[in-house]
Amino acid sequence: MSAKVYVPGDSAALSVGADGVAAAIGEEARRRGLDVQIVRNGSRGLFWLEPLVEIETPAGRLAYGPIEAGDVASLFDAHFLSGRPHAKALGRIDEHPYLKRQQRLLFARCGVADPLSIEDYRAHGGLKGLERALAIGPQAIVEEVLASGLRGRGGAGFPCGIKWRTVAATAADQKYVVCNADEGDSGTFADRMILEGDPFALIEGMAIAAVAVGATKGFVYIRSEYPHAFAKFNAALAAARKAGLLGHSVLGSSHGFDIETRLGAGAYICGEETSLLESLEGKRGEVRAKPPLPAISGLFGKPTAMNNVLTLASTPWILTHGGKAYADYGMGRSRGTQPFQLAGNVKHGGLVELAFGATIRTLVEDFGGGTRSGRPIRAVQVGGPLGAYFPQSLLDTPLDYEAMLEAKGMLGHGGIVVFDDTVNLARQARFAFEFCAKESCGKCTPCRIGSTRGFETIDKIVAGENAEANIALVRDLCTVMTDASLCALGGLTPLPVLSALDHFAEDFAPRPKRLAAE
Amino acid sequence: MIRKLAWDEELAGRLIDERKTADGALMPILHALQETFGYIDRAAIAPIAEALNISKADVHGVISFYHDFRAAPASGRALKLCRAESCQAMGCEDLIDHLRRAHGLTPDSETDGALRIETVYCLGNCALSPAALIDGAPIGRLTAAKLDALVREAGQ
Repeated sequence: MSAKVYVPGDSAALSVGADGVAAAIGEEARRRGLDVQIVRNGSRGLFWLEPLVEIETPAGRLAYGPIEAGDVASLFDAHFLSGRPHAKALGRIDEHPYLKRQQRLLFARCGVADPLSIEDYRAHGGLKGLERALAIGPQAIVEEVLASGLRGRGGAGFPCGIKWRTVAATAADQKYVVCNADEGDSGTFADRMILEGDPFALIEGMAIAAVAVGATKGFVYIRSEYPHAFAKFNAALAAARKAGLLGHSVLGSSHGFDIETRLGAGAYICGEETSLLESLEGKRGEVRAKPPLPAISGLFGKPTAMNNVLTLASTPWILTHGGKAYADYGMGRSRGTQPFQLAGNVKHGGLVELAFGATIRTLVEDFGGGTRSGRPIRAVQVGGPLGAYFPQSLLDTPLDYEAMLEAKGMLGHGGIVVFDDTVNLARQARFAFEFCAKESCGKCTPCRIGSTRGFETIDKIVAGENAEANIALVRDLCTVMTDASLCALGGLTPLPVLSALDHFAEDFAPRPKRLAAE
Repeated sequence: MIRKLAWDEELAGRLIDERKTADGALMPILHALQETFGYIDRAAIAPIAEALNISKADVHGVISFYHDFRAAPASGRALKLCRAESCQAMGCEDLIDHLRRAHGLTPDSETDGALRIETVYCLGNCALSPAALIDGAPIGRLTAAKLDALVREAGQ
């Protein structure tokens, strides 16, 4: 009987040598005359253990990691194919405390199943949501999604069911489903993991959305920084068409739906929904004024259900288990689970899916294990480049949409970036403005001009030039950008800046002129 | 390194033609051209404009908006180095300094060498920062020593 070995094909695993490990296992098995089937699964999201090799045994999936190509011969010597001990053995992977303490709904299959096998997808609970959606029809689908309380996981947190209801209620000869896979926030990688590790979940979610709103065509806009995700997702689309999941008749129903992919071109702003639509239409990625909402007049002026990867990929679970089961997770008006992404200077970085309401500290300390450098944590940025920097004293803030707003931050796409005590927050605040200046689409003045004036003024503060008056000026500028920018880029750049000023004022003190003295 | 073809008007015309009826055809056309030739030659602007029935200014405006599209051919290997927050937290700016001091390489410079350093903001490999892509292949936990090896390899 052939032994089944899993070696992730996820690009994070590739970045630390997974391809070399897979090749070495194949080679070593041939040399020893052993029959081995290598499956390139997605990642479980325990990245410090990548490349994480797993063996299927009667006792469950046993893991070994992190494995280098040089370890492979010793794995065979230790008879790892029958699950024997080895210095890098981790035991049953689903018993690993990092995974066991999570509530994986959306990420239940990622890293488990073969991402390009429809049979495997079905065997792990896939397609039940779409089958039910086809059976209950558009109105009941929208009701389920409303009942789930699912909110937009891209960062805006808008209720998905309300969006879908609006598109469904708008009459048009053509409607679209557009998936925003332009995951540009530093510290985030959950979309990429789904595209590479469980692409059929997104395809199924888009098909559910299409049935709900009456769309026949979908687009997935993937950023060019994700070449592997783009290739993997395209391969999944081809498999889905072959299996009748997409095409003239979705799973044999009267609904026709197909999906095309489009590649971004290095513009952060295209993660903003209206700018993404412009880019999809073949234009400069400049933000549109709202209204009209994309739900009413979106892609090519047609009603468009536009959602993030995680939002769409959550709907198969919701349709399978019911909206209420999903809403049983979470707190307040944040229902369900959020895939948090632990990144930066953290010991155990990875994907942590939990019900809303866990604190920042739980994530960075209990899961993350503190900094990778071993130094104390000084700041944690939550929600990407437009999110606030939290000091130690605020690490007990719960991670839900409203609590984060109250703490003058935002949850965003769930990215959590840890910094140790060598960080300088004036430098980070300057970077926030600088990034905004580089990535601004240029359409509105507060963002286009304000961002540049912002970092210039921070330079003056740090140089000790009228520090007090210039700090007041930066705060004033932040108010203008918050109130008068067209979209979230200019509108939220003040969050990291103000949090740095509020919680780390000492970093803005004039720097001693050490250089002059030397 | 990934070798690109020299500019070829006929081949470019074919790439444009094959894609012109797609919805929002301009981005796929531009990507196909850059993928094939390594840049988008000025000579492509007029045929694209004609194929899509838009102005040459529109085409130029789109090319110049996106960071990825190059106006001139590039030689050598491309190292896309992430300089966003997560990689900052793991010292990516020290790596930039190292490249400058030890190898005389500056990111996003106009001059072409055996190794071209391009700034990117986030590669989605933030749990293994600092992250990079060398000709499309991902590298995690980048160190000065790994950079030295990449520079050496590119020079050969």
